[in-house]
Amino acid sequence: MVFVLSLCAISVLAGAVGSVVGLGGGVVIVPVLTILYHLDIRLAIGASIVSVIATSSGAAAVYVRDRMTNIRTGMFLEIATTVGAITGAFLTTVTPVRVLFLVFAGVLAASAVGTFRKRNDADVLLDSHDRIALALGLDGSYFDDAEGREVRYKVTGTRLGLSMMYAAGLVSALLGIGSGALKVPAMDLAMHLPMKVSSATSNFMIGVTAAASAGVYFARGQIDPVIAAPVAIGVLAGSMVGSRVLARVHPSTVRWLFLALLVVICAEMVQRGVLG
Amino acid sequence: MSEGHGEAATRRMEIVISYVLRIGVVVSVGIIAAGLIVFFVHHGHDAALAGGTSYHTFTKGSWGFPHTLGELVHALARGSGRGYMVLGVLILILTPVLRVAVSVVAFFIARDRAMVVITLFVLCCLVGSFFLGGGAS
Repeated sequence: MVFVLSLCAISVLAGAVGSVVGLGGGVVIVPVLTILYHLDIRLAIGASIVSVIATSSGAAAVYVRDRMTNIRTGMFLEIATTVGAITGAFLTTVTPVRVLFLVFAGVLAASAVGTFRKRNDADVLLDSHDRIALALGLDGSYFDDAEGREVRYKVTGTRLGLSMMYAAGLVSALLGIGSGALKVPAMDLAMHLPMKVSSATSNFMIGVTAAASAGVYFARGQIDPVIAAPVAIGVLAGSMVGSRVLARVHPSTVRWLFLALLVVICAEMVQRGVLG
Repeated sequence: MSEGHGEAATRRMEIVISYVLRIGVVVSVGIIAAGLIVFFVHHGHDAALAGGTSYHTFTKGSWGFPHTLGELVHALARGSGRGYMVLGVLILILTPVLRVAVSVVAFFIARDRAMVVITLFVLCCLVGSFFLGGGAS
């Protein structure tokens, strides 16, 4: 009972943080389960997948209703993440996982630097000549509560965005983590979406990426209901709280929080790459 | 393409998708919570005796948990708490897939051909991945 309740409480935190920055909450769930509860890493990853889907559905229900999510861009990019996830499922047996953790840590470090450089940059893109973005009508607008105005934005860099999303899908299938950590920079840095839209759209997408690999984890018996049940309920409650916060905070606050979490994930990946 | 169909169509779609996600979440939470309650009614005694702080108290000596559809149906028929928790988690996992399926229909109704192709492709990948998962293990 204590196990279930405490796990539920920690999951509320994971869901709240994850839904604000567009991550799945695996950053919190995996180390808590392995270090605090001494669980097998495979069960922890199974729980993390459930956490990702719960954050995604819980937060996206709010963000999509509030027009924070760019659903057309999200669905367009899902092409790349799902194909990446399926490629990853085929590669799981042949890839040296430890090397992969270190490569992933390097990519995260690079996007952390990119995010840091952009820390004071709140400008939105007003003009775009990206043919794919124009053809699909990916441009959008959202109402920013913190700034009290409607923000209209254009989208660019669809090709680079697609390739980063493919990598995101690949990595999350191979390592069972990091679906949001690459998606937010792909939209924020490569495609110039506003930070809040990047976070909300990442939230919208991570559920689909995780669902693509959840079937595999479920069949392997990595999703234990006694762990997954409290995680799912806690994360959903947390995402309801978090998704109400995003509209009100300043975009640069979101970016700082994301940056801090990138550094934490990066350290986790180095640790798992070095210690195995 | 978006100019022709306008923001009203996108707005309608956002509302529909938001509802799909919310229903999926509410249904799965309800079933998971019911499963947890049943589970504690059956196992609460053991947990209290053992101090109940560790995950291993629950798993020790138990018969594991269902992770194939056949086992799940058996567990549900027995009224097992774990069975209901697994069912709830499965519904949670399938919610994003349902969301994509609903978008295919919604874009079709909006006659947005490019987005129909895109979402249909994503749906096929997702469905394919589930069969891939079943076959791989």
